[in-house]
Amino acid sequence: MSNIKDFLLNDFFVTGEPMIYMADVSIVLVTIAIFVVLTYFKKWKWLWKEWLTTVDHKKIGIMYILAALAMLFRGGIDALLMRVQLTAPNLKFLDAQHYNEIFTTHGTIMILFMAMPFLIGLINVAMPLQIGARDVAFPYLNAISFWLFFVGAMLFNLSFVIGGSPDAGWTSYTPLAEKALDPGVGENYYLLGLQLAGIGTLASGVNFVVTILKMRAPGMTLMRMPMFTWSTLITSVIIVFAFPVLTVALAMLTIDRLFGGHFFTATAGGMPMMWTNLFWIWGHPEVYIVILPAFGIFSDIISTFAGKKLFGYHVMVYSMVAISVLSFLVWTHHFFTMGSGAAVNSVFGISTMAISVPTGVKIFNWLLTMHRSKIRFTVANLWSLAFIPNFVIGGVTGVMLAVAAADYQYHNSYFLIAHFHNVLIAGTVFACFAGLTYWWPKMFGHVLNERLGKWTFWIFVIGYNVCFLPQYWLGFMGMTRRTYTYPSGLGWMPLNVISTVGGFLMGIGFMIMVYNVYYSARYGKRDTTGDPWNGRTLEWATTSPAAEYNFANVPEVRDQDAFWEMKKSNRVKEWLNQPIKDIHMPNNSGRPIIMAFFFFVAGFGLTFEWIWVGAIGLFGVLITMVLRSFENDTGHHIHKEEVERTEREAGRIS
Amino acid sequence: MSQSHSLNNQTPLEYSTEDGRLKIFGFWVFLGAEIILFSCLFASYMVYLHRTAGGPTPDDLFNVKEFMTETFLLLTSSFTCGLATHELRRHNKTGVIIWFIITLILGLGFVGMEAHEFVDYVGEGAKMSTSAFLTGFFTLVGTHGCHVSLGILWIIGILIQTARTGINPVTARKLFIVGLYWHFLDVVWVFIFTVVYLTGMVL
Repeated sequence: MSNIKDFLLNDFFVTGEPMIYMADVSIVLVTIAIFVVLTYFKKWKWLWKEWLTTVDHKKIGIMYILAALAMLFRGGIDALLMRVQLTAPNLKFLDAQHYNEIFTTHGTIMILFMAMPFLIGLINVAMPLQIGARDVAFPYLNAISFWLFFVGAMLFNLSFVIGGSPDAGWTSYTPLAEKALDPGVGENYYLLGLQLAGIGTLASGVNFVVTILKMRAPGMTLMRMPMFTWSTLITSVIIVFAFPVLTVALAMLTIDRLFGGHFFTATAGGMPMMWTNLFWIWGHPEVYIVILPAFGIFSDIISTFAGKKLFGYHVMVYSMVAISVLSFLVWTHHFFTMGSGAAVNSVFGISTMAISVPTGVKIFNWLLTMHRSKIRFTVANLWSLAFIPNFVIGGVTGVMLAVAAADYQYHNSYFLIAHFHNVLIAGTVFACFAGLTYWWPKMFGHVLNERLGKWTFWIFVIGYNVCFLPQYWLGFMGMTRRTYTYPSGLGWMPLNVISTVGGFLMGIGFMIMVYNVYYSARYGKRDTTGDPWNGRTLEWATTSPAAEYNFANVPEVRDQDAFWEMKKSNRVKEWLNQPIKDIHMPNNSGRPIIMAFFFFVAGFGLTFEWIWVGAIGLFGVLITMVLRSFENDTGHHIHKEEVERTEREAGRIS
Repeated sequence: MSQSHSLNNQTPLEYSTEDGRLKIFGFWVFLGAEIILFSCLFASYMVYLHRTAGGPTPDDLFNVKEFMTETFLLLTSSFTCGLATHELRRHNKTGVIIWFIITLILGLGFVGMEAHEFVDYVGEGAKMSTSAFLTGFFTLVGTHGCHVSLGILWIIGILIQTARTGINPVTARKLFIVGLYWHFLDVVWVFIFTVVYLTGMVL
């Protein structure tokens, strides 16, 4: 009995930290609150039937985005804690171990559980509508992807209160991340949480490739696809080729830690550098997985609010293809200083610089799209316009880092930190906010308040520059990344104070955005037309929010910017009044969430190295797969009378 | 979907529905990801080949007769799996089931021999934790073995469905896809045979 108590207090629950007790309390309170609210309003059945078991791409997209926003909150809190600790020299706000854990979870969460699911959520919401499809190719698999991401993220976050957080950085370099130097379960959480989410992402990649290649509306050739759909296709191909590398690397490190393997140990022939290489062979394409969809979002938004066709459409596509190929050929630039030698460093330095060429071409295409147009400064477009100069700063400092010889100076300094936040925030985060504002009416049927949106925009963008620009100078002054404190007398404090202020400004911007969500839900302008922005692509051709079946009749595409062409040639009415037929749709299923639950059990068991729990979980997964195989699920039909009624109520047919 | 309709048509049954076409194409894309997965394991195995840390080397471990028999079993099973697909195209349910059962028996023989090989090695003191070379070996060959084992379970499930409902667009698609999977594992084994066993005996 005392053994169990000992285990629970010393190894299982994280104890001794006031912040973690606060987290324990808030987790319990939030859970109770959710239970009470759902029970009081009798919403359990609604939650299960409408959301948890859904295979509808639009609802899955919304769930992705909700989860990503929650993760943005958590990652953001991590960031602010770090900024507070670094504000002044010799602060004792966080100790070294706690700081290590926080920068690890901040990085991992922001990349894998915020940026990627946010973009995959937007893809789910918009891409099938943009190609005129009724769902993705494999709706059931889509639900599995979401739930795997979700349980992966939950497993990773659980480490905060049970067992202890990972502390070897988001790159989890070996041999530091090996058992000998990092005992405990923290790194296991990292390995298994990422493994689960990664499998889900791989499935999404396969799903989107097939959807885009096989399910486009008649007449939509590849070169008539909206740019966001193109970016999704290329991103998905990168996912299919990059994510298996992550799967293997994580599995190898898991084998080392759990079963005494020697892949990355410093003994018995292991090679720690092998991890570094595998990690970045996945990790660099991953950077493009989170930036290419962002480029797609900006392309669509800039062209919509310029009221013009995208300039250089073909070149945009070829640039993205070039970027996707090059993205696999630059990985060693992440470790120029780790002994690759001059020849290797030169090759990878040049291939890295080469990426700036297609990227630069895209920048000029966006600028020329706006050239001589009447730009509408909506919030979605403001984010896109702010992206261009801010991203260019990140891009140019990236080329500076690509000079291998000079990188010895910048490496692991705050210069690098400033650089990648400059590309990831100005690129990915701005795109997430732009896309969220742009597609919000398509998801919820009302527009986000523009005035509050502009407050968020200005406070966040100013805060972001105030936060990260000083870090370039801090880097030059010798401040290294992942340092938890610094002595006084180095002259670092003023810039660190400025940076911290910027961080909190970003936090305030985010809070205004959250308030905007509430405010707009109550008072926001309802979108009755389905086309609030005078859009150009097919997602605006249907109602807001789109009906379950997306389109009563699949549109016929005759040009790029398919919906714009329909509006110009007055074909919309004729298309809406075509005779409606029964529509075949997939059935909802509760099995994806149950399967993900078993994956969670397996992940949790393996994290604590309880192999039998892991085995039970995997057995459960296998059973759910067998049940699916033996299920005779041919979907259902929405009858034409029902479709007609829905369309009539939306005022689309008389 | 009547059988005669598809027989008159030149399109194979598994491709006769939209659902079938999407799933087969999706599976090809998934196999692309599997190629990357095995490529990583092969590449790392090659790097670790000589890092035996004073433990057994490939030459000490591998037994020509054993891995030749394994190879023979798996390659033959790929041939019989091809014959099953041939029978599928002829809509011959009994033929499909018989050839797949033979495939299963050969596959089980392969997995059994491989398990025996692994147990032998561990008995000789060549464990996962002995050296980086052995970690790489057990991971690469073990991953393939797990794939084959899963394939065996998968084929059994689909044969039960075929026996119950006969050859129709759904079972045809499932049989075809599991066939693709099986052939893919065979190709991977050809590389394991070359990269692991032949290289291990020669170099």
